[in-house]
Amino acid sequence: MIETHDLWVRFGPVAAVRGLSLRAESGGWTALIGPNGAGKTSALRALAGLVPFDGEVRVEQQDVRRLGRRALARLVAFVPQKPETPPELTVAEYVLLGRTPHISYLGGEGKRDREAAARALRRLDLEEFAQRPLGSLSGGELQRAVLARALAQEARVLLLDEPTTSLDLGRQQLVLELVDELRCDGLTVVTTMHDLTLAGQYAEHVVLLDAGSVVAEGPAVEVLSATTVAAHYGANVRVIEDASGVFVVPVRR
Amino acid sequence: MTIAAKRVEVAPRVEARGVGLRAGFVTVAFLLIALGVGLAVGPADLGFGAIVHSTLSYIPFLHVHQPLGTQDHALLWQIRAPRVALGALVGGMLAIAGASYQGVFRTPLCDPYLLGVAGGAGLGATLAIIYASTSGTTWTVPLASFGGAIAAVVVTYALGRSVGATHMTGALVLAGVTMATFTAAVQTFVQQRHPQQLQNIYSWLLGGFSTATWHDVEICAPYIAASSLVLLLHRRVFDVLSLGDDEAASLGVDVARARLTIVVAATLGTAAAVSVSGLIAFVGIIVPHTIRLLVSTSYRAVIPLSLLTGAGFLVLADVAARTVVSPAEEPIGVITAFLGAPFFAIVLRTSRRTR
Repeated sequence: MIETHDLWVRFGPVAAVRGLSLRAESGGWTALIGPNGAGKTSALRALAGLVPFDGEVRVEQQDVRRLGRRALARLVAFVPQKPETPPELTVAEYVLLGRTPHISYLGGEGKRDREAAARALRRLDLEEFAQRPLGSLSGGELQRAVLARALAQEARVLLLDEPTTSLDLGRQQLVLELVDELRCDGLTVVTTMHDLTLAGQYAEHVVLLDAGSVVAEGPAVEVLSATTVAAHYGANVRVIEDASGVFVVPVRR
Repeated sequence: MTIAAKRVEVAPRVEARGVGLRAGFVTVAFLLIALGVGLAVGPADLGFGAIVHSTLSYIPFLHVHQPLGTQDHALLWQIRAPRVALGALVGGMLAIAGASYQGVFRTPLCDPYLLGVAGGAGLGATLAIIYASTSGTTWTVPLASFGGAIAAVVVTYALGRSVGATHMTGALVLAGVTMATFTAAVQTFVQQRHPQQLQNIYSWLLGGFSTATWHDVEICAPYIAASSLVLLLHRRVFDVLSLGDDEAASLGVDVARARLTIVVAATLGTAAAVSVSGLIAFVGIIVPHTIRLLVSTSYRAVIPLSLLTGAGFLVLADVAARTVVSPAEEPIGVITAFLGAPFFAIVLRTSRRTR
């Protein structure tokens, strides 16, 4: 579980996040949505301890300010929008780097770390790719390798910044289904998402940010109304609901 | 029990490639051959067998008889051996420092002189050659160049740090360029006013081991050993840093502290190496990139193999420096730059193709 109370992120005189309070439960999926510049990524980076912030962030009941960087990394895994994937590293080597928080600063991987990385590879069906260089993978395979690295971290919270950027429709679904399976395993998932239909399909809790502030939150079906989307995105959309979730379809003005 | 139930699950092979047996063996063999060639080649032919026996005679409990006469013994152990040892120490240090700078700044064309070491050392040495050539001791120039190198890097770091942590990597590189330009300007200004010392200054700037003694080795070895050890211990951290600052930080690494530790270690070692050898170009670029092209790009291989290969490479370059125009000597910086410039072009083309 991860929660924030009155979270502010400032870059000089500009406040990117203004007083965000949210609570993401274990085994739940929270999506941060909002137009460009709404503060989604800044909020997510604050949760990962990557930017200075005011206010409170607690992970598994622990104040992140009192946790060291390594202790926080054992609790929270973060995947940026465009992860660095050195093309010559093998998938196995890359996933092993996810064990860094569990290894002493100047130490090397032990048996437990290799086993954890092997489990992560198996969980994401990457066993046959273990010895392949990252540079030889397709976009979807690469995103699975990135998820495997985060999974090898064995953290309780998984933060994903736009996990479907630059993936085709099929790969987007594949990756989000995988994330959903990890959520079912008990991970707390928090993602930023541009695609409102995908947010409406996968996230249980949606937080709409605009100009750094929360303007709506709750289940997707409550937050994603045509009026709300028009007011904050300046977009004309039609919202369709069915048993699988919410669809937000752009309609020409 | 079904066949499917009996099937043994094959776990994927999950391990990080390190140096590897073959690459390790080849590199150690290269270094040993280079050391052998360094000891054997010279105006006086001592005989390779006699050199090996003479070496073994220093190993306790082997009871090998010293085969060389007093004069040959002195030639081997007081003239050639310190020169070879110093070449190996300096070459190893420049190569491992180059690899470290490239790793920590994530730029393939960084060299060990990136943060102003060369400019500071050059200015320090120039001042010492001009103003203390009559009053100073043999240690004046090395001490002045060491002090100049450290002072330049401290100012570079302070300047880079003043822009804040977010843009520090780029700011450090720019601050290094600024420092190099400034020290070069001051050095040129000073040397133009003392043209009678120009030859001494240029001979130091181009580097060399023609006056190497065991005393030089003793002075620089502790710095080089300590900084190499620190960099070797960080070889996995380099791979984590290759994921970028954000991801390294999200994996629990204090990026600023790791970078500072690595830069301090690489700089101290480089300053110590430069103070006894002068400025030797390209070793810090040629060697790490050769390892990357031939063995692996993982720093677990690049860091240790750069140390060993750099040591062997500079010993061989020194052999070329003292034999190509024998009995005169070519400055070693000319030899490494002569080999380095074409290699630099290849690296540029390769990195452009892979971008």
